[in-house]
Formats: sequence, structure tokens, C-alpha cells
Amino acid sequence: MKKFNLLIVLMLSAVTMLQAQVPKGDVLIKNGTVLTVTNGTLENTDILVRDGKIDRIGKNLRTPNGVEEIDATGLFVMPGIIDAHSHIAGSAINEGTSQVTSEVSMEDVVDPFDISIYRALAGGVTSIHLMHGSANVIGGQNETLKLRYGFTNPDDLRFEGAPRTIKFALGENPTRGGRRRGIQPQSRMGVEAMLRNSFNEALEYQKKWEAYRADNSRRKVAPEYSLRMETLVDILEGEVLVHCHSYRADEIYMLMKVFQDFGIEKLTFQHANEAYKVAPELAAFGAGASVFSDWWAYKLEVYYSTAYNAAILTNNGVTTSINSDSGELIRHLFHEAAKTQKYGDLTDDEALALITLNPAKQLGIDNRVGSIEEGKDADIAIFDSHPLDIYAIPLMTFVDGVKYFDKATDEKDQRLYIDPESSIEVVQIFDRETQHRCMEGADLVDFFELFNN
Amino acid sequence: MKNLLSLLIVFTLIPLAGLAQDGSVEKARGGKFALTNAKIYTVTNGVIENGTIIINNGVIEAVGANVNIPSDAEVFDYNGREIYPGMIDSGTQLGLNEIGSIDEAQDYREFGNVTPQMQALTAVNPNSVAIPVTRVSGVTTALTLPSGGVLPGTAATINLFGYTPDQMFAGSKGVVMNFPSSARRRRQTQQQAEEARKRALETINETWDRAELYAKVQDSPDARYYPEMEALAEVVNGEMLLYIEVDAAKDILSAIEWVEDRGYEKVVFMGVSEGWRVAEELAESGIPVIAGPVLSTPTRGSDNYDAAYANPGVMQKAGVKVALRSSDTENSRNLPYNAGFAAAYGMGREEALKAITINAAEIMGVGDQLGSIEVGKKANLFVATGDPFQTSTDIVDVFIDGYLIPMTSRQLRLYDEFLNRTPGVQKNAERTDG
Repeated sequence: MKKFNLLIVLMLSAVTMLQAQVPKGDVLIKNGTVLTVTNGTLENTDILVRDGKIDRIGKNLRTPNGVEEIDATGLFVMPGIIDAHSHIAGSAINEGTSQVTSEVSMEDVVDPFDISIYRALAGGVTSIHLMHGSANVIGGQNETLKLRYGFTNPDDLRFEGAPRTIKFALGENPTRGGRRRGIQPQSRMGVEAMLRNSFNEALEYQKKWEAYRADNSRRKVAPEYSLRMETLVDILEGEVLVHCHSYRADEIYMLMKVFQDFGIEKLTFQHANEAYKVAPELAAFGAGASVFSDWWAYKLEVYYSTAYNAAILTNNGVTTSINSDSGELIRHLFHEAAKTQKYGDLTDDEALALITLNPAKQLGIDNRVGSIEEGKDADIAIFDSHPLDIYAIPLMTFVDGVKYFDKATDEKDQRLYIDPESSIEVVQIFDRETQHRCMEGADLVDFFELFNN
Repeated sequence: MKNLLSLLIVFTLIPLAGLAQDGSVEKARGGKFALTNAKIYTVTNGVIENGTIIINNGVIEAVGANVNIPSDAEVFDYNGREIYPGMIDSGTQLGLNEIGSIDEAQDYREFGNVTPQMQALTAVNPNSVAIPVTRVSGVTTALTLPSGGVLPGTAATINLFGYTPDQMFAGSKGVVMNFPSSARRRRQTQQQAEEARKRALETINETWDRAELYAKVQDSPDARYYPEMEALAEVVNGEMLLYIEVDAAKDILSAIEWVEDRGYEKVVFMGVSEGWRVAEELAESGIPVIAGPVLSTPTRGSDNYDAAYANPGVMQKAGVKVALRSSDTENSRNLPYNAGFAAAYGMGREEALKAITINAAEIMGVGDQLGSIEVGKKANLFVATGDPFQTSTDIVDVFIDGYLIPMTSRQLRLYDEFLNRTPGVQKNAERTDG
């Protein structure tokens, strides 16, 4: 019986291993204008990709036997775009049943069938940070993905080896939930209190377990196990990167002070429309900011925004990225980055870093992606003209050296799965509101109604 | 660069205005202006490589390669920079919507399903923060729309400078109608959508039947006054534009049929997300369209990823008269980028420029006043360092109704204040110890 169990376990793990074998490509991209991001622009340069990695960058490289050659003469080659804030490929966004839900993870709700993945690839995007929503102060854990469209096992889209990250949220979203439900927090004071209480609770939890582990007595009793607290302890120990939904300068400043008190260092502010007001403090802390190019005025806390946010942050030495938070915007992040040349005159390299190297740093994957360097993953996008040019059209997108998008062979219907219960022609008119998925599903449980009916 | 530019503007204004001390504000000013040594994109009469424009009394008095500069004109030597007609955004809620999530800051929707008499122009807030943000990007004119229900109200075209709605009014109004949609709105089942569509169609037909009757009897002394019918009768009588929001292909076809049955003359389709599917039929109908946003997702999962980018170009090539809209309010400034994407995906730069200038003006019935750089037209134009569709291009000057607009907005002022914030991390560092 035991042997039989072991066999099953072995078989299962073999299956898992098979599924984890995503393809790695070999390709020679010849004679392109290579925008390396870290090493300037290289004219008439070849990139040799072997086994999914950038093997060599140089001129007149020899094409190894059996390696496909792509003529990029007159074309522009850049690192695959990374979206540090996305909700595409997520079948659920919010776990809104508590103000602290660090026990849940977006890992469990990855939807590889989402057509938005293909549309993002067609915009040169190779990686996304699939984030939990912003309904609660300490939300769920996020998942970093590579857009390997076509694979139907969610695990095949995981960015293997990427650090764990978690979503926090400040300001109007969590306080709105608090007010609606008659619980804390209903103000920015309550948000801070909830954060401090949570981390103090985690410290006590950690102490109990440390005492338990140090206890040599035979009759010791284990403390109650809590995945919620385990995750908070991991944050305190620097194993989980915090990405915090935030808008106003005061709340951004508050979180830095809280983190300073608890010794937490790895912090990126998401949206952060008013980060420009505390740019020197962000730089001193070493916190990053992942912002919109120009979204504002959709709620009070973004009324005092400026499209110059990214430029101000960059000029103050803050690691800054531009994200989409939208299934529409993600398709032209190169254009969103280009707007920093209108709003603040960033250089080409600075603008490109906002959607490549900098988001990679914020996700802790800059050793793997974010620039075109030998040894890095061959996540690459090819454009017909400079990607910051308004008329630029993405032509090909590679993940691990495998081509997942090619405009020349693009066919009309790219869906992987068609709902048999849906009508053949479901027409969904674009509505900018539906792009905001941050609060999606957050109102499903209304505590007030729950307890008053 | 921006800093330098605004500095330059402040600098040139000081001797003229004579009041630019600390605490004072930059004001718009009118006058007789000569804009010379510029590359002029007239839109309707080609490009003048090195020309001059004379602005006087709010209108373009002269334009050409050999124009005499009057001795009393203030001269702007643009040194090869480019001048374009002000961009027209054919679909926004500018002035009507200040902060998205706050009901009290929104004035684009009135109670009721049939409220065509509701005037968007009345509720336009000339001091909306979004207006300067928009116009410094070269968008000088916008169609601002009421929304919600079947007949939400009367839209107005406004110039983005003025201290009262009347000062902003650009001479065009139109009744807005949401054509019953077979498309699925969010969180709606197919069945719910279908039922809603049927109900809306009944409402529309009943309402317009009554409006047609009202138009016949309204002048008789016994006729009672119905404000809704009064507004619709103007459409029936061919005096007022009718903007019909319609998107799905089969709805566009139904709407064409509906318009032909009713025989209304001044009709414009808005949205037309799936116009590319029925471009031939649209062209044949002769109904012009306001398309957009171009930067939007395809309507169907089975569509090409770039269907929305390509939509305006497909319609234009089929012979449809196309204008573009941002469908935005606070980011109406992205209109040139919507046009840029339409240009890249099939429309071409020249046609895309027309779609946000002359076509828009003609569709709104103000083509004799706006949309191109021609003698006698309103002096709505902007000066750019290059192609205004490019994000690397700076807008140098903007003129609206002949007024030189201050090139500032709250977003620019915040940039100026916070780029190099004082104090930095430490306040009074020298006076406090550690």
C-alpha cells in the first residue's frame, strides 16, 4: 500500500515536471537596431538566442546549424515589456472578506485562456505582475507571469524563480469598504493602525513559534498555525516584496514610516499619483513607484495629479515604472512610456526603462529580464520603427526565445477556448470603467447587510 | 525644456502685461497677432512651407506665403515651427465631469429616460481644472455630451477658453440618442441585454412618433408646451443635429434603416466600434461618424487584436466621413494619440489630421468657422515643435478665438513646484541637530 502511494506521488511529480517544461527557443535576430536599455542603442547588431537565453550580442554573428534566422534590418529590437500592475489573466481579483487576507494568492486564479494575454503580447509585453485587488489594507499575494499564450496549465505561465510579492492598499478603497461595513478602517488613521496592529500580531506569532522551536521539552505544544501570519512574518523577514496601492503623498509617507519602524525595506508604491510630492523621501527610503502615464481625476485622491509624475520621480532618483492596470492600456505601454517625453522630456533610455528594467527591478527579476544583455532570458519585442514613435507597430514578441506573436502570421481568432454556452457573437463595447478591476468583486460580501438582516 | 518654455513665455509676457509679479497669474489676451516664419498646415489648402498668419478680432485675417505684416501687429517669429488648426475632440464630458467617483462633481446625467431638453452647455463649468490641462495640448474645441438613458439631452460644441458657457459656445448643438444596443454591457446577461434593447426601441419609436406629431401642431395656438417635444421637434424639422450613439454592427444597420425610415437629415453616428464590419453600408447611407476611442479593445474575442485601431481607417477608405473622439474628459489631451494610432493602422496621417479638425467641424455644422486655417475662420490654432501626433513634440503656443492662451495648467504648475522640491528631505537641516 505504501509503495503504491509512493508510486502515485512519483507519477504525479513526473507529470508536474513535464508540465513545467515550457519550450525554450533558439533564434538569431539579425542586423536590427537593438535598444538594450542598459547599454545604449546598438546599430546593425545581431542577437543570438540559445535555449531561451541571450547567448551573444554582436555584429555579423554566424548562424548556428538549425537555428532560425530573423532579418531585423531596419527594425527595432527591445527587451520584452513588463507590466508591474495587471489584472489580465486573473479569474478573480479581490478576496474582500477581511481587511487582511495575506493568506490568499493570485497563483490560484491564473486564467491562461484570457484573450487579453494575446493582445498584450501583440503590444510587445512579455511579463506581467498579476495583482490582487485593492479592497483591503493587506490584500493577497500576487503572481508574476510570463505570457506564454497557448499553454493551458496555469503553472506554465508562472515566472519561475520570481520573488513572492503581496498587495497592500491605502486610502479611499479600503476606507470605503470600512465605512460601508461599519468596521475599521474608515480613515487614513485607521489604515495605519491596522497595519501596525497586523505587524505587531505577526511579531508575537513569530515569537511564539520561535519559542516553540527553541523548546526542547517533550511535552511542548505547537502554537496555532496561521497562513495569514506566516505571510506577514515572511514580509518582516524580507522574503516578500510589498506592492502598495496608494495615491496621496501623506499615505505614501505614512507607509514608509511604518515600514521603517518594522525594518521592512522592499517596497514599491503602485499608482502613487502623488508620489511626486514626496519624491526625495521615496529616494531616501529606496522605495519604487509604479505609476500611470496620465490617468487622473477619476476619484478625489487623484485630483491633484500631474502627468509629470514619472519624470519628477525619475529625476529625483526613484526607481519608477509605468504600468497599465488595464487590458486596454497594456497593449500600448510603449506609447504610455513615450508620453514622459511630452511630460518631462525623459531621454529614450529613461523612457524605455520605465517599462522594462525598472519594473523588473520592482518585481525582483532584473537579473533575468528587463534589458538585452548576454545571459538574460530572451524575452524580446521587435517593432517596425522606434517603439517611442507614435506610428510604431509591434511585429514580433518572444518569450524565452519562443515567438508567441508575429504580426505577419497573425490570424483573426486567437481564442484558446470558446464558452459553449455563450452566443456566437458576444459583442462587448469598450468601456473605460471596466478596465478598472482593482475593486472587482470587493462588494460581494457586505458585512453590514450580513449582520443586519 | 518645458521649464524653459514656460520661463520664456513668462519672460516675454512681463513687459507686455506689466503685472507679472509674484502672486499674479498669467491671463489670456487678444490682439492683432502676426504669426510668421512658420510651416502652416492649413488642412484644407495644403501646407505652406514658410508662411504667415494674421489674427485680428478673433479671426484669421490673412494666411499665406507672402502676407504683409501690419505695422500694429504683435509679431511672433516661429522660426520654422509648425502651425495647425486647433484639434477638435468630438466626444468628451469636458466641463460636465470634474471628479469621476463623486456624484456632486458630475453634471452630465439628469433624472429620467427621455430628457432631450437638458442642455449640456448650461452645466459646462468654464473653470474646470481639466480645461487648461486639455488646451495646452492643442485641443481647442470639444463636443461635450450628456449621457445616460435613451435621450439624455442636448450636446454642445465648446471652445476651451471663456469665462461663461456662452463665451465658450462654438455654435453647434445636437440632441443625443443612445440607439438600443444588442451589445452586452458589463454584468449583463445576453437575455437582459436583449430585453433592455426591446424596451429602449419601443421608447424611442413612441417618443419620435409623438415628436413628429408635435412638430406638426406646435405652432397652433392650442398646442401645449412640452419641453421634451420642443427639443425633438427641432430635429424633426431639420434644424438640429441628432447624434446617435451606436456600436454593434447589426445595430448600426438597424440605425441606418431607422434614420432612413424617419427621414431625418442631420444625423451623426457616434462610437461605431464595429463600423468596419459594415463600412460599405455606412458609406452608402451618407451618414458621417464620430469614431472612438481608437485606443480601445476589440468588441469581440474573435476579432483581430488591432480591430479598434484599424476601425477609422477602414471606414474612411470605404468613403465614410470620419471624425475622432477621445471619449475621455480629463484625458481629452490624448486625442492626437488616438489619431496617431488610427494613422498608423491604416488611416494615414493626413486623413487622421482631418478627422480631428475639418471633418469634425463639418460634421458639427461649423465647418465654415472651425477646423482649418483659412481666412475668415475663427483663430483656433496651435504652434508645435513638430508632428503633434508624436509624444516628443511640444506645443509652444495655443490661440483660441484669437486669444493667446497662457501655456500653463495645474499639472504644469505642480511640475514646476515639485521637480526640485524645496526643502528636500530635510527642512531647516542647518538649524536642527540630527
